Amino acid sequence: MVFLGMLADPAGQVLAGTLLFAVAGVPGLFTRRSASWGGHVAALLSVLGAVTGLAGAVTILHGGINETFVIAWTLPFDSCEIGIDPLSALFLLPVFLIPACSTFYAKGYWPAAANPDSAPKLAFFLGLFTAAMALVVMARNSVLFLMAWEVMALAAYFLLTAENHKKEVRRAGMVYLVATHIGTLALFVMFILLRSQAGSYLFSAMRAVDASSPLSTVIFIAALIGFGMKAGLMPLHIWLPAAHANAPSHISAIMSGVMLKMGIYGIIRVLSFFPHPPLWWGMVVLASGVIAGLLGVIFAIGQQDLKRLLAYSSIENIGIITIGIGIAVIGKTTGSPALLVLGMAGALLHVLNHSLFKSLLFLGAGSVLHAANTRKLELLGGLASRMPLTAMLSLLGMVALCGLPPLNGFVSEYLLYAGFFSSILTGSGSAVLYMALSAVVLALIGGLAIACFVRVYGIAFGSLPRSAEAANAHEAGWEMLAPMGLLALLCIAIGLFPKIAVDLIMPAISSGYLPQQGKDAAAILFPPLGWLTVVSFILLAFAALLLSFFLRGLRRSPAAASDTWGCGYLNPTPRIQYTASSFAEILVKLFGGALRPRYRQPAVTGFFPKPAGFTSRYRETLLDLVIFPFFSIVQERFSQLRKLQHGKLPLYILYIFITLLLLLLWSP
Amino acid sequence: MNTFADQLLVLVMLINFILLGSSRMTVSIRAVALQGVVLGLLPVLINNFSFHLLLISGGIILAKGVVIPWLLFGAMQRVQIKREVEPFIGYVPTLLLGAVTTALAFVFAARLPLAPEHQGLLIIPSSIATLITGFLVLTTRRKAISQVTGYLVLENGIFIFGLLLTEAMPMMVEAGALLDLIVGIFVMGIVINHISREFSSIDTTRLSALKE
Repeated sequence: MVFLGMLADPAGQVLAGTLLFAVAGVPGLFTRRSASWGGHVAALLSVLGAVTGLAGAVTILHGGINETFVIAWTLPFDSCEIGIDPLSALFLLPVFLIPACSTFYAKGYWPAAANPDSAPKLAFFLGLFTAAMALVVMARNSVLFLMAWEVMALAAYFLLTAENHKKEVRRAGMVYLVATHIGTLALFVMFILLRSQAGSYLFSAMRAVDASSPLSTVIFIAALIGFGMKAGLMPLHIWLPAAHANAPSHISAIMSGVMLKMGIYGIIRVLSFFPHPPLWWGMVVLASGVIAGLLGVIFAIGQQDLKRLLAYSSIENIGIITIGIGIAVIGKTTGSPALLVLGMAGALLHVLNHSLFKSLLFLGAGSVLHAANTRKLELLGGLASRMPLTAMLSLLGMVALCGLPPLNGFVSEYLLYAGFFSSILTGSGSAVLYMALSAVVLALIGGLAIACFVRVYGIAFGSLPRSAEAANAHEAGWEMLAPMGLLALLCIAIGLFPKIAVDLIMPAISSGYLPQQGKDAAAILFPPLGWLTVVSFILLAFAALLLSFFLRGLRRSPAAASDTWGCGYLNPTPRIQYTASSFAEILVKLFGGALRPRYRQPAVTGFFPKPAGFTSRYRETLLDLVIFPFFSIVQERFSQLRKLQHGKLPLYILYIFITLLLLLLWSP
Repeated sequence: MNTFADQLLVLVMLINFILLGSSRMTVSIRAVALQGVVLGLLPVLINNFSFHLLLISGGIILAKGVVIPWLLFGAMQRVQIKREVEPFIGYVPTLLLGAVTTALAFVFAARLPLAPEHQGLLIIPSSIATLITGFLVLTTRRKAISQVTGYLVLENGIFIFGLLLTEAMPMMVEAGALLDLIVGIFVMGIVINHISREFSSIDTTRLSALKE
């Protein structure tokens, strides 16, 4: 009955949704491992949780409601406050939507019958992961926040190491675990300093922290490191590609679509504690966004692994979101509400958009992996004719990701451009030049993203199959297609009706960021989003017209089946097609300084050269060329110390004994 | 403090030497059980009689004298190990070490800054001697069951120290400690089983194969 009473209130609905997710995987733990009904129950509870949670979150977001609960606890860290404001509600949308889609998708992709060892575990941790993320955005107490944050981080670890019999999965898990804890360490520093500044662990007490003190600088940097580590900002992204590539695809979808956004949420939330941030903060945020965006897409171009490529593209999109936050902070400092609103609207809408299309793409990649049994682009090909629905949905996601109209990616990037241009037109001082440069970089990112995804679609879905497994690929089942279809529909809806979406997220910008008069001033400056709908429909009509002409022309001309890239050969093989590497070669060479590709290329000499092979390999530049070498040097230097860590239990007890004795003798 | 209690404490220290010197598991387990029973009698003897004390004593005797030995004998039966072969340090050296540390415990206890009513008692030296015996067993023996006995002796040492505080300590704390101990032994029994199944031996040094 208490539960039903909760459901009347929107915040209660959100809490009920969170609880449903938290318990979704529990029944499955007690069934026979290969029984499939555990998965059904998890999917059912997750969908129920998502529906309740989303209903509550949308109501709160739409109405600009701000609710706070206090839960009784006995810990000595002030009261345990949980609150939902529109900003939290906005982040709750992907938190509830994407995991529900993934759990549903998992019924086809990761069935218990085929994976009796990991399926119940995955369902359980997936629910826990989702509930923890929901709690992260609702926590209003630093300590509660850190608890939820750790549960989220650890649940993600168990999710991504589902296939822990593979060495690379274990390695990815270890790197993730180390990285996430370094991030948490920074968060501890940040929250402790915030406590010393504000005098309380509660967020409500941190409303007006003085940004000019040196401690605040440390808080800002710690926040950027701690949250940036989770979000995957560029020098801190080391864990991200391997983790996303090696996790089961529906988990990668949540990690990329939702978990990275928790880092973004943290940055936005902490920045909202400072009413007057200095200008350089905004510039640093903008610069880190530009770096992540540009390098992310450059690395994405070089990747030969489909999911690793998507992971790098996530870094790119996180960069775009961070650019938006940077614009907003600069707007806040320079007292330009238009800039603040445009930047923040772009960032928040892109949070939503990226969670939609990137999850769609990861689920699509999962279907490809499921069908062709490989993630390597060099072994795929010809999937458009073998799995047409997956190909179509993935194409849609890619178009959205590239920021092309009339899909949702365009809308958020359009807002960012509007922010840049309004700053360039109306602003003054050093920020303008900086903004102008960033606008150019954003355009470059968009162009490179298109190149990157033309390559993916052309190599994986177009052309001829490059392996027997790709040739025998089959279309995914309805459980896998349905969530993808839902996500694609939402991408189209936001793209066609941006006004509704932007109106929905406006309360999230004004909560904690903007006084009322600023909001009104910004509304006047807002770009005409209604026209965007009109233009989109004109564009669609034009495209339909072209298509009909093309189809008529096709019907008239004689049809002949032939191989792609035949080039006059009578009997071409798939091997003479462009490969994924050759497609990317020009761009990779251009950015060789960052990518550091390694080629093994024999010299071809003489008139009758011997058979020769060519291989190209792309590494994780930072991880493989800097961090691992550094640690191996450290390991070598400290190898003597490893003798202390010998694994013999009695000697460990002896250590304890000696320590105790020394402590006894040392007493002052 | 009466002389009978002092004699019992001496008995406890003697049992320590039995533990250090015996290679047979059965002897070790019985010795620990006996030590537990002796310790169980102590609270009643030292303090004025009360129902509370009687309960504590009964609980301790039941736990340390009956339940834990029973669990250990069960574990021993399952893994079919009768004796400790090749400890890290032999029996005679450990016995000598035990003798030296017991002597040192007396020296050490005399120099501790104690409350006046606690000075000159046998409780503190015997407690420290028993603690160190526990550590010696833990560090020198290979087999998991011997290590459990070492752990028990260690706990007994702490218990003796706790005798000073019997009146101050609420019964719940005592009960909690006992429960901890039984659960601990229970878990160790399971762990021992798993070690023996995994490595076909309950030699704890084999566990080093688990390190990376």
